[in-house]
Amino acid sequence: MTPNAICTPPHDHDTYRWSMVVDLDKCIGCSACTAACYAENNIGVAGLEQVLKGREMSWLRVERYLDSDYPEKTTFLPMLCQHCDNAPCEAVCPVYAPHHSKEGLNNQIYNRCIGTRFCSQNCPYKVRRFNWFTWETPSPLNLQLNPDVTARSKGVMEKCSFCIQRIKFAHGIAKDENRPVRDGEIQPACLQSCPTGALIFGNLMDPGSRVRKLAADPRAYQVLGYLNTKPAVIYLKKVLPEI
Amino acid sequence: MTNDGASPKLTYAQIDQTVLDTLRPATRPYWITIALLFLGVLLGAACWLYQIFSGIGVGGQNNPVAWGTYLINFVFWVGIAHSGTLISAILHLFRAGWRNPIARAAETMTVFAVCTAGLFPFIHLGRVWVVFYMLPYPTQRGLWPNFLSPLMFDVIAISTYLIVSSLFWYTGMLPDLATVRDRSEGLRKKIFTILSLGWTGEHEHWRHFSRTYLFFAALATPLVISVHSVVSWDFALGVVPGWHTTIFAPYFVAGAIHSGLAMVLTLMIPLRKIFHYEKIITLSVLENVAKTIIFTGLIVAFAYSTEYFMAWYSHNVVELETFRWRAVGDYSLQFWIMVTCNTVIPLLFFFKKIRTTIVWLFIISLIVNIGMWFERFVIIIGSVAHDFIPHAWGLYAPTAIEFGIMLGSFCLFFFLFVLFVKHLPSVSMTEIKETAHAGENHGG
Ligand code: SF4
Ligand code: SF4
Repeated sequence: MTPNAICTPPHDHDTYRWSMVVDLDKCIGCSACTAACYAENNIGVAGLEQVLKGREMSWLRVERYLDSDYPEKTTFLPMLCQHCDNAPCEAVCPVYAPHHSKEGLNNQIYNRCIGTRFCSQNCPYKVRRFNWFTWETPSPLNLQLNPDVTARSKGVMEKCSFCIQRIKFAHGIAKDENRPVRDGEIQPACLQSCPTGALIFGNLMDPGSRVRKLAADPRAYQVLGYLNTKPAVIYLKKVLPEI
Repeated sequence: MTNDGASPKLTYAQIDQTVLDTLRPATRPYWITIALLFLGVLLGAACWLYQIFSGIGVGGQNNPVAWGTYLINFVFWVGIAHSGTLISAILHLFRAGWRNPIARAAETMTVFAVCTAGLFPFIHLGRVWVVFYMLPYPTQRGLWPNFLSPLMFDVIAISTYLIVSSLFWYTGMLPDLATVRDRSEGLRKKIFTILSLGWTGEHEHWRHFSRTYLFFAALATPLVISVHSVVSWDFALGVVPGWHTTIFAPYFVAGAIHSGLAMVLTLMIPLRKIFHYEKIITLSVLENVAKTIIFTGLIVAFAYSTEYFMAWYSHNVVELETFRWRAVGDYSLQFWIMVTCNTVIPLLFFFKKIRTTIVWLFIISLIVNIGMWFERFVIIIGSVAHDFIPHAWGLYAPTAIEFGIMLGSFCLFFFLFVLFVKHLPSVSMTEIKETAHAGENHGG
């Protein structure tokens, strides 16, 4: 048995490393991204009672930070799976259900998940969502389910996939045309719905991509970067007038 | 080396008689107790079935607190399981004769507590029906369990512990099983003939027996340390503040022994009363357990304060906030229950009057059990409820289903234990005779 068979393999990315940049200066906290994510990824609707128990299923949440000195000033921070390169959620799963792809995605394999919820406990961003029940999609909601996305049932963990179905789709077209995926060709649902263009998605390995350029911006930072989780989501700090 | 374990006044025949008396046909109250406990087990099983069919959501877990009472109970029962082996193996190696009268019952407690603990990871799983994914079986797709996950460490550690402690328990019981066989007839004789594996008590048997027992003790000793260290790594290997500390392994082992000793008192005090073991399980045996509880309580207190010191010393904001919130936040009541019950109240055992009064021993042992349950609550729930991202903070409270399963687990443990005391010798006649004879136990 090779060492890789018993340990988490090292992550090398050759052509692609998917990444998202979130410009906090542009985000107005409208939550269109959250709604789009629900629609695209067949996310369960838990209902008021369950949400009050802390069982909201959204993969992307918009965090609000208020400044107590200036109550009218709010910073919105869209928080989603950071697709950490050094993901704390992956190491603790006994069955490798969270799996690191060679394109840098942290994939959740629903079929493999046994529901220990250790990944969720160990995710510092708390972005993982567990299916506490099999959620219902009463008619006519069932008609809007996305056929490209797996349905999840009770007992499995899920979280933002960077809209992997769209990434695969772009890969397919690029392969047909015998070329690499172009910058801007992939639009995750959240990005597509954002009215202000606060979200930018692309390949960090491509020196000409927008995300690569923005990652070099002096405002760029990673949430909890000091934990060395190496997130693929890069935030651009909100510039406040008085600073 | 002490001879205070058994009263030297007892003859061999009296020892046998006292122990064998406990195996007399049971009375009606006994069967009523058994029936009630079994009902409790059924109730717990029903709650679990309901949970399997509806989803884990019938418990109180949520985001961010995805681990609830199931894992609290898991760690609690593994903790209880510790003292049995501590008493039967480590104290055997140290030749502490006072452990002889309680070693058998404590060892039994270990075996049953590991069994009870072992159920909780299953109860906890979101999809228990695919739990076999955790086994390293060959598959077409080349899938393998992740041996980097502390949960895989748990599987290995707990199953090893269960196997070794059951074997140790059974081996130690062999001569006693033969004694029962010799003094009984009918069906019981047949059963005990099989169980005693042809023991005749000849010199060669004794020689092999004491060697084996000694080797098992030596094998079980590192396991006492390793099992709860491994359980502590479920937390210490995570990144969550309040979990991620290097002190966890020794801290958990000390805590486990603390709770295990308390459970020994809780079980032993009624046992000696009901079965008239007063001359065998003497007050000074209980007193020695109480003295050990003072010691483990002090270690636990030291661990609590080390955590605070490290949080302060680290200057890490998240760490500082976690520990500030622990003492004054939403779960501060649980925190102070934990501190008081585990570290302050056991100090009362410093007073000779208290540690030699049965009632006090019993009450304080119960208090320590409660305190240790809340210690697990504070660590498991409190840490994730209030970790890195303030927007994700949340609270958790157990539901009726969880309480049902918890009640079921306690009933299961006591059900097995009550069955044991009436059907197998709950005190080791062999070891008592050795103590009575030489003031020292066997194996040397
Ligand atoms: S953000 Fe959380 S769920 Fe996503 S890869 Fe990192 S640790 Fe895993
Ligand atoms: S859709 Fe865009 S602006 Fe609206 S909350 Fe999401 S990121 Fe912010």
